[in-house]
Amino acid sequence: MEMRVSDLAVQRGGIVVLEGLSFTLPPGRALVLRGPNGVGKTTLLRTLAGLQPAVAGEVSIPAESLAYASHADGLKATLTVAENLAFWAAVYGTGLVEDALAGMNLRELRNRWAASLSAGQKRRLGLARLLVSGRPIWVLDEPTVSLDAASVALFAAVVRAHLAAGGSALLATHIDLGLDEAEVLDLTPFRATSRAARQDAGFQEAFL
Amino acid sequence: MTALLIRDLRLAVRAGGGFGLGLAFFLLVAVLVPLGVGPEGGTLGKIAPGILWVGALLSCLLSLDRIFALDFEDGSLDLLATSPLPMEGAVAVKALAHWLVTGLPLTLAAPVLGVLLYLPASGYGWLVVSLLIGTPALSVIGAFGAALTVGVKRGGLLLSLLVLPLYVPTLIFGAEVVKRGAAGMEIATPLALLAAITAGAAALLPFASAAAIRVNLR
Repeated sequence: MEMRVSDLAVQRGGIVVLEGLSFTLPPGRALVLRGPNGVGKTTLLRTLAGLQPAVAGEVSIPAESLAYASHADGLKATLTVAENLAFWAAVYGTGLVEDALAGMNLRELRNRWAASLSAGQKRRLGLARLLVSGRPIWVLDEPTVSLDAASVALFAAVVRAHLAAGGSALLATHIDLGLDEAEVLDLTPFRATSRAARQDAGFQEAFL
Repeated sequence: MTALLIRDLRLAVRAGGGFGLGLAFFLLVAVLVPLGVGPEGGTLGKIAPGILWVGALLSCLLSLDRIFALDFEDGSLDLLATSPLPMEGAVAVKALAHWLVTGLPLTLAAPVLGVLLYLPASGYGWLVVSLLIGTPALSVIGAFGAALTVGVKRGGLLLSLLVLPLYVPTLIFGAEVVKRGAAGMEIATPLALLAAITAGAAALLPFASAAAIRVNLR
């Protein structure tokens, strides 16, 4: 269950934003991606999640092992908290709804409409989806946005438990989660500079 | 798959889900046309098959952009694409859910509205049969159009323009079945062609739609 990335280049809107990126994420470890806005954190995570193709390089992720959480939580406003989670539990073929509700402290909200949740509560519900997925590798894009300090601590504890159980996590975040076992990877040095890469990408984009 | 179907049906019948929108539009068309054309039974009976089929087609068109746009906006389409569900299956299930909340109610309501349009008695059976066989094609083709326009802001106009020409064969053969059925003529050929369009669309278009969504999510 090891994620291996070698010499990866990713593009956004036809422009290569990151290149020459290599890292390994073994089980039980977390990797925090840092870098200024626009450096390509989201693009990298979307590429790893398989939503867009890589320009160059290789990504090796064991099949059926990755759970991706984007900026948006993918909640349905007219479903209740428990129904939202039950849907994803059925999609991933797990029955972990109760564990996830307990894990993200959502038990009391289980019968509330997702529409009536606060931004932080919605975020917690979005993150609870990771728990019902039962997948070992978490790829998280800004997971702590709109969470209060207590919820950030709760989330850090959830991630720590996930790592202790042999999972791994790749996070793009600006906040210090207090994860001692997390390594930090600054993406700034991997910014694409080579002109050839840019032109090539633009050239191909013209034929899409 | 079943979970996705249940979720989509549940979303459709809850507040703001759009269930009944197509049905209400169909009802309006069938009520307003006799008022506009006049109460002469002969004329109405002659145009009834066409009016009912055009009404069904336009009501289907009304709710098409909701098939994927809502999931795209709240991010669940991204999450579905990274989930273990194959995208082709998800597209097929969403088209099925669309048919269950628009095509099927339209089919069931059509005989009642046929009365308003003086549809000859021999046409009712064929009206239901032709809608039952033809409307799934409308949902599947519509899902394909919705997949092509999923990332486009205010894509409704583009969607209609893309989908309408593809709807034409279904409309022609569907209305032809009812017209011939009402007149007591042979209906085997248009009915077979109508069924062929539905079968072909249902077999092939989910793959095309899934490919279109994958490109649009990039």
